[in-house]
Parts: sequence; C-alpha cells; structure tokens
Amino acid sequence: MTRYLLRRSFVLALSLIAAGLALFVLLRLLPGDPAAALLGVGATEAQIAAARAQIGSDLPIPAQFARFMTDLARFDLGESFVTQAPVLPEIGRRLQVTLPLTLAAFLLAILVATPLGILAALWAGDWRGTLLSGFSQLGLAVPVFWIGILLVWVLAVNLRLLPASGFPMRGWEDPAGSFRALILPVLTIALVMSASLMRYVRSAALDVLGSDYLRNARALGASLPEAIRRHALRNGALPVISVLGIELATTLLGAVVVERVFALPGLGSMLLLAIQQRDYPSVQGVLLVSTLMVLLIGFAADVLQRLIDPRLRERGRRPGE
Amino acid sequence: MKRLTLRLGLLLVGFNLAVGLLTFFWTPHDPGAMIGGRLSPPSWTHWAGTDRLGRDFLSQVMVGARIALLVGAGATLLGGAVGISLGVLAAYARRGLDDAFAAALDILIAFPTLLLAMLVVAASETASLGTAILAIGLAMSAIIARLARILTKRVLAQDYVTAARCSGLSWARLTRTHVLPNILPTLAVALAAQFGLAVIAEASLSYLGLGAPPPNASWGTLLQQAQSTVHRAPIGVILPGLALVSLVLGINFLADGLRDLLDPEREGAE
Repeated sequence: MTRYLLRRSFVLALSLIAAGLALFVLLRLLPGDPAAALLGVGATEAQIAAARAQIGSDLPIPAQFARFMTDLARFDLGESFVTQAPVLPEIGRRLQVTLPLTLAAFLLAILVATPLGILAALWAGDWRGTLLSGFSQLGLAVPVFWIGILLVWVLAVNLRLLPASGFPMRGWEDPAGSFRALILPVLTIALVMSASLMRYVRSAALDVLGSDYLRNARALGASLPEAIRRHALRNGALPVISVLGIELATTLLGAVVVERVFALPGLGSMLLLAIQQRDYPSVQGVLLVSTLMVLLIGFAADVLQRLIDPRLRERGRRPGE
Repeated sequence: MKRLTLRLGLLLVGFNLAVGLLTFFWTPHDPGAMIGGRLSPPSWTHWAGTDRLGRDFLSQVMVGARIALLVGAGATLLGGAVGISLGVLAAYARRGLDDAFAAALDILIAFPTLLLAMLVVAASETASLGTAILAIGLAMSAIIARLARILTKRVLAQDYVTAARCSGLSWARLTRTHVLPNILPTLAVALAAQFGLAVIAEASLSYLGLGAPPPNASWGTLLQQAQSTVHRAPIGVILPGLALVSLVLGINFLADGLRDLLDPEREGAE
C-alpha cells in the first residue's frame, strides 16, 4: 500500500505538471493578443509593446513556459488584466462561496441517495421501487438551472420565503445571511445530484444483490442484512466511489450554472466573467486551481478504492503480471 | 414493465424528433418574426403566448427540439467512439502507459463537459453548433474512457480471463468474447445518460450565453431570457423546461429499456 501511495503521489505530481503544460499550451492557442486585450481598443503600438514586455508575452515560448512554471512554484498566479488585483486572493474569496455550496450539496445528496438507492434495489419489482426509480429518472432529466429557476419562482418570488439571489457583499461576516443565501442553491444542486447518485447506488446494489457470492452467503445461513453488511457493501461501493469522485468534481466546477441562476460570486462566475472579458490570468488561475482540486479528488477516490478492494491491491493489475 | 419503459422512451424521443424535423418545413409562425404584443399570454393565435420581443413562443420552443437532438446525438457519437476505444486500450497497456493514460484522463476530467465547452467557445470566438458538439463530445469521451478502463480492468482481473489467456486466446478475441460483452451493458447505460447530459449541457451552455447564437434559439437561451420575467409570464420558464425534460427523460427511458434487452442476466432482478 505504501508503495502504491508513493507511486500514485508521483503520478499526481506528474499530472499536475502535465496539466500546467496543457493549460499553458491551451491558453497560448486562444486567439487574440493578451497585451491588446489588456489595453483595450485605441492603444498605440508602443503601449502594446510595453504591455507585452510587462506580461512577458514578447519572450520566446520556452522562456514564457519557464516563467509560468516558476511563478506557479511560488504560488503566484499573476494579476487580473481587468481589475489589476492579484488572482490568487480573488480565487480564495470566490472559493468561500463555491466550496460551502458544493460540499453541503454533495453531503446532502449522499445522505439522501445512498439509503434511497439501496431501498430502490431491494424494492425492485414492486411499486415502491418503481416510485423511487421514477423520482431518480425525473431528477436525472431535469437541468439543474431549471430546478433553480422553478425554486426561485415558487419559494422566493411567490412565497417570499428565501432570498432569490445574491450573496452578502462582506462574505461570511454575517453567517446567517450568507447561510440563507446558500439554502436555495444547495437544495437545487442536491436535488439533481441525489437523483443521479441514487441511480448509480441502485445499479451497484442490484449487481451485488444478483451476485452468486451473495446467494452463497444466504445459502450458508447468513440473513440478508448480515450478507449485505459482510459482502455487498464493499463490492457495491467500488463503482459508486468512482462515480462519486467524478460527480464531486463536476459539481465543483459545474456550479457555474447555479451560481448564475442565483447571482452568486463563486469560482464559476469568476471564470465565466474572465472568459467574456478575455482576462487570461484569471482564466488561467481558475483553471489551475480547479485542476488541482479535481486531481486531488481523483487521487482520493483511487486510494479509497484500493483500501476497499483487496483484488485491486494484490492482483488487480492485469493477468500475466 | 420493461416494454413500457422502452415504449415511453420511444414515444417521448420520437415526439421530439418529429417536432424537430417538422420545424424544417413548418412552424405556427416565423420564430424570428416580432408579430405579437410583448409577453402576451397564451391565445388562439399564439398558443404559448409571445416572448418579450413579441415573437411566437411555441415556434421557438419547437425549433429548440431540433438543436437539442442534433447536438446531443453528435456529441454522444463522438464521445462514445473516442472514449470506449481509449478506455479499453488503456486497460490493456503496460503499467507505465496505463498510468499515463489514467493520469491524462484525470486531467481531461478536470475539465468537465461544461467547462471544456466554455473554453472551446472562448477559443473559437464564434459559438456555433459545431463547437458545442465538439466540446461536449470530447469532454464526454474522457468520462466514458475512464469508466471503460475501470470496467475492463475489473473483467481482466477475473479468473476466467486468466484461464482464457492461458488457453491461448488472442487479445482481439478476448476483447470480443469476454471484455466487450461484459462492459457494454454498463457503458450503454452510461452513454445514454451521457446523451441526456449532453442535451442538458447544450442547454446550460446556451443558458450561460455561450451557445449557438439566435435565431436558432436553444431551450437554454429561451429559459435564460424568460427567467427575469417569470412573475409576468411563467409559461416562458415552464414550456422550454418541460420540453427539455421530456426529451432527456425519453432518452433515459430508451436506454433503460435497451439495457434490459441487452443484459439477460438482469432479467430476474427487475
């Protein structure tokens, strides 16, 4: 396991470097001169040349890359072209909205989806199972922003129970206000997410419930709860964990739509704005931080799977090894 | 029950497909023409009322079906073909290569559908249906490849695969006889879910203002425009949303029905 952890950490580090390289190339491929974007229309040639020298886009590509990587190593993500403010602190401020939003929704979704998914598998074939599957089917087909708009329409516009949009200007200084601002967005994400998670939990549970080893365990005298606890949970958890990792990452970065519905100043809306304004340092910064978070999530999911499945640990590589 | 899901799916997708095809020949009104009052309620001339520019709303929603299906199907074809090939190959590869594949997939997945699509749109300067298909399809292929790799590795870790290898089965036949039949049912469900998600991703892109430009208004664009007037004209928020849900629901039903047909093992469980 230690060897695996070391190897996997090495892969993680390599991935980070590769991701940095990919991002660097990707952003250089974007059309338009960042220096021109920095100054806007009406800038003279001399001004543009000065701006190029300032941001380093007049250097040869390898030199630019070296500078990019050393800046990264010093956690310097540069300054925004638009506001001239350093990018990293701004990302930190944005994460204060996006992280609580995503994590709360994620936890809520797991708490709802796991028991419901297992029940749906146990009840497969009767009307209760059909009802639960119907709910999950419906949730899968509903775009998250539509749920958001409908919730705003019913709970905020008509019933005036909760704020329809926005987030307190001063962040979490007024926790109650910030909390209230996040209730509808969290509900929105959790509703949609639990529907899709439930489907995976149900499918994994059905696989396990139909398996020979579970039938054997039952034949050897184990009660159903006992057999599930000893054999089904671990086996069933494997595909679900892999899905959970992807789901968390997608929600973290996909929060951009929900942030737009509720006009929340999160990481997603920062990226959207930066793309619209061609604010390259901000785009780059948000993408780097997002990539880092997603790679860490993938790392955690892989390690978790190893811990749970001894087959992956001992002989899971491939036959003939 | 099984037949019912399949039929419901066929019905819903078929309906959307029919409406989408119909719009090439006929819509109640020209979807781009400003012919009615602003935000007028549903009436005999405008069954779903008009939008804030006085355009017939039903016609616009009908055109939306065409765009949703086109982008969804295109992206799924692209994502499935690229994803399954990459995933299965990665599972067979030697350790170092496989790790590199896995790491590359992790990075690709670091850009979920929507984010990658946003970047492609930013890079291409003009958003079009093509950029949406390319962006959504590529993002999907990473997710499919990762799943295909994990599923293939699970199959390869089984004893009967070792036995088959020992008896001299070639990799090509092993793939055909053991790997693909084992992983395809799960992948089909995933791909179908991805088809639905691609339709949703297209709508989301348009909702963010990064989709195909007017007059080919996507359901996402319609929803975005109607959101601020929801208190006066709720139908503007309800109709495109319902259309979107009906299509995605239909695709998912179709997928479930197909899975039950493809996977006889599951017969007893349902």
